[in-house]
Amino acid sequence: MTAPVTGPELDRLIQLLAKLPGLGPRSARRAVLHLVERREQLLQPLAGALREAADKVVVCSRCGNIDTHDPCAVCTDPRREAGLICVVEQVSDLWALERAQATRGRYHVLGGTLSPLDGVGPDDLRIAGLVERAHAKEISEIIIALNATVEGQTTAHYVTELLADADVTVTRLAHGVPVGGELDYLDDGTLAAAFRARTPF
Amino acid sequence: MQWTEDGVILGTRRHGETSAILELFTEAHGRHLGLVRGGRSRRSQVALQPGNSVIATWRARLDEHLGVYSVEPTTARAASLMDSAHALYGFAVLAAHLRLLPERDPHPELFRYFMATLETLHDPRAGATALARFELALLADLGFGLDLGECAATGATQELVWVSPKSGRAVSRSAGRPYRDRLLPLPGFLAMETAGPAAPSDIAEAFTLTGFFLSRHVHVPRQLTMPPERQRIVDMVGRMAP
Repeated sequence: MTAPVTGPELDRLIQLLAKLPGLGPRSARRAVLHLVERREQLLQPLAGALREAADKVVVCSRCGNIDTHDPCAVCTDPRREAGLICVVEQVSDLWALERAQATRGRYHVLGGTLSPLDGVGPDDLRIAGLVERAHAKEISEIIIALNATVEGQTTAHYVTELLADADVTVTRLAHGVPVGGELDYLDDGTLAAAFRARTPF
Repeated sequence: MQWTEDGVILGTRRHGETSAILELFTEAHGRHLGLVRGGRSRRSQVALQPGNSVIATWRARLDEHLGVYSVEPTTARAASLMDSAHALYGFAVLAAHLRLLPERDPHPELFRYFMATLETLHDPRAGATALARFELALLADLGFGLDLGECAATGATQELVWVSPKSGRAVSRSAGRPYRDRLLPLPGFLAMETAGPAAPSDIAEAFTLTGFFLSRHVHVPRQLTMPPERQRIVDMVGRMAP
């Protein structure tokens, strides 16, 4: 067994960084070397930013987004359409929709999808909170923006059923040909869904 | 170790950042799991949706290893399943029921019922009819099959309209009349293979019957609960016009 070439502090840092998505032990070592070599410009600001995020970031009790305030900036923004809620699976989906400026409504992050294989049931998701929000007077439309996967759409149908007695319009995202997609490369199911959802030109 | 067979995807689970663990149901190898390298790529995720059929090749150094799958999609059903709640719920119930079986245990007869059910899920009534038949076959494959061929009391083979909750055997109309409040109704389409979808009231009775025995023999002893999607299908059947 070879003797360790770094102290326990650096070793721990490497181990922790190696747990991040996209990084393994080798790339974590490279990142740590890079940080140590740029102590002033990177390591100390990163340490400060991590500490600040760890202290201040909270999950919004209203929509499930993450922010430094509760309720989050999206929920408290007066310029957003108060009657529109877009339901997404994860915070990363919310960020994707915000990047695309696809909607000016508010959001509701479920925190996952129903998945019997992974043991995720309705009680493990923020579904009850969504139903409660949907019954508020000002809400007129709920957009179900869940992934076009079997699990995502099972969750979408389940949520839609629970919203049946709320006085809201429930819509979902279209399925079909993606921008830049070539018909020749699309699977049969996507092509069939695109044909069913065709619109007047 | 290596084999190649057609199978239907029951589910996938993330494995690391790029791979997925695929759960297939095949005729000769039963419910079989394996690793798909690169299974979380955009291209693979489309093919690896539950409900799709694939030709799978499984390889492993030893039989007890998880093994690695390479898959070639053959029939894409996921998009058509996503069109309707009843199809998605039906598939969820099928997959949950199949997880009651031990892994790598072949169930060719159940596979036949599974495929027949899968092809009818787009039609709520036909799908529910096939699902009830599948549950009956599942009970048989789990070792708790119902004896619906003849009356437990008289041996009669006609007019079998009840099932004894104690023995799981059919009871004829005349023999069961005095005990009718203690017997479970036996819808005709379960007792004999009939073509076409059954009446909603018969489907509801069939789900009561199979649900009773599944619960008593399988779910309760294993401390499991029935998949919630099953109750939604039962509710949908209850709302169907007779």
